Amino acid sequence: MLLIRCPYCQQTLPELEFTYAGQAHVARPDAANKQISDEEWRDFLFIRTNVKGPHYERWRHAHGCGRFFNAVRDTVSDRFLITYKVEDPRPELSDLLEKSE
Amino acid sequence: MTHFSALSLLKNALTGHKNWDAQWPDSQPKAEYDVIIVGAGGHGLGAAYYLAKEHGITNVAVIDKGWLGGGNTGRNTTIIRSNYLYDESARLYDHALDLWDGLSQELNYNVMYSNRGVLMLAHNVHDVQSFKRHIHANRLNGVDNTWLTPQEAKEYCPPLDISASARFPVMGAALQRRAGTARHDAVAWGYARGASQRGVDIIQNCPVTAIRRGPDGRVTGVETARGFIGAKKVAVSAAGHTSVVMDSAGVRMPLESYPLQALVSEPVKPVFPCVVMSNTVHAYISQSDKGELVIGSGTDQYTSYSQRGGLPLIEHTVAAICEIFPIFNRMRMLRKWGGIVDVTPDRSAILGKTPVPGLYVNCGWGTGGFKATPGAAHTLAWTVAKDEPHAINAPFTLERFATGRLIDEAAAAAVAH
Repeated sequence: MLLIRCPYCQQTLPELEFTYAGQAHVARPDAANKQISDEEWRDFLFIRTNVKGPHYERWRHAHGCGRFFNAVRDTVSDRFLITYKVEDPRPELSDLLEKSE
Repeated sequence: MTHFSALSLLKNALTGHKNWDAQWPDSQPKAEYDVIIVGAGGHGLGAAYYLAKEHGITNVAVIDKGWLGGGNTGRNTTIIRSNYLYDESARLYDHALDLWDGLSQELNYNVMYSNRGVLMLAHNVHDVQSFKRHIHANRLNGVDNTWLTPQEAKEYCPPLDISASARFPVMGAALQRRAGTARHDAVAWGYARGASQRGVDIIQNCPVTAIRRGPDGRVTGVETARGFIGAKKVAVSAAGHTSVVMDSAGVRMPLESYPLQALVSEPVKPVFPCVVMSNTVHAYISQSDKGELVIGSGTDQYTSYSQRGGLPLIEHTVAAICEIFPIFNRMRMLRKWGGIVDVTPDRSAILGKTPVPGLYVNCGWGTGGFKATPGAAHTLAWTVAKDEPHAINAPFTLERFATGRLIDEAAAAAVAH
């Protein structure tokens, strides 16, 4: 069972309270202002980093505050390096790895 | 190498089974091959076997980071069926089923394919309508599938509770009679033996760290833990690790890797005659020839390479089984494990060429790759040998995610499969 810290509730709670919501920081192409190719749509919709190691991802505290937040989790050990609010900037991986040593 | 027969069995029985030969040598890598296959699971070994047998290409190596058949081939719940909704999938999985039928004879290796039938339970009006649609679609594609009333389902599978008071009442079931199970390890071993007999090298405990390309973009070989190995063609069949390997060739894949768990009970006498699946409650169960109940369900919710998965999913799975089969609620579970499955956005496989010349891929089988083993291997070998798609794998391209011609089994089954 994963234990996940909700950055809004400031509590560490069991995985059952949360739903996984895929890779974080995937930006939608700016279709209003320019022509988007099929390949760009494919990359936005379907291509994922699927990284083996630290993974930027979204979670939702579905059975708590109901809010989405971001996290960095190592997909080999399943250990969370950090969880942070949606409005917070994307943390640098090198800083996180230094802190977690 | 020994040809297995009643006579060879008898002969070896008389000498206490001490004189059986090794079934395949543990090969050392050569400097170069015509074809390298990354991943020694059933799909990869099978592709090597068909390359050698049907296309005469024997200068082939199958390379794996672990031991042969130690990934998802050895971790799945061994269910075989072909009752998929869409034409493309029905053709591919039914091709596999045709090959399963004669596989033991073909390989001279008992893969214990048992067409005991797969029964898919309908618990509500939506299930009934959707399964009947599947049955009609299957019949139009020449795939056997029959609708059973609750009474007929109970006759086929006596442990089933069809009483009106059941938590999830059975309103009928779809039965594919040709479907069933096989011995997963034996499939890998049989293909390994057959490929090795024809000159294929099987290189174990040798992780492939990168795919190398020449200045013209063509594949030149692979970097491994034992150094560079040259190859004219490389086929990646690495399940959950496919996107990691493909990334090194500069090809980004529409894949996400999730843990899929399964568990077995302690062995008991024969009690369960077929495979039962319930998409609504979401679990599936069969009994192995050793007597263990083999149980599985969906993937964990988060991507991971940990080959573990979490206990909440096991609890959900066992709860579902106990609801459908209350007679099993005092069975003790013996082991649980996880494998890493590579899931595509439309839940259909990717099987064929890639933008890189000389590089082929067989991946995205998600939670249901075992059943496709012979079909995937057979058509992958064709594509690698001829550098063109086989009629059956032609729709399963990587390009479909840009063109939009998806094969949306995800929507058809409403569960990962």
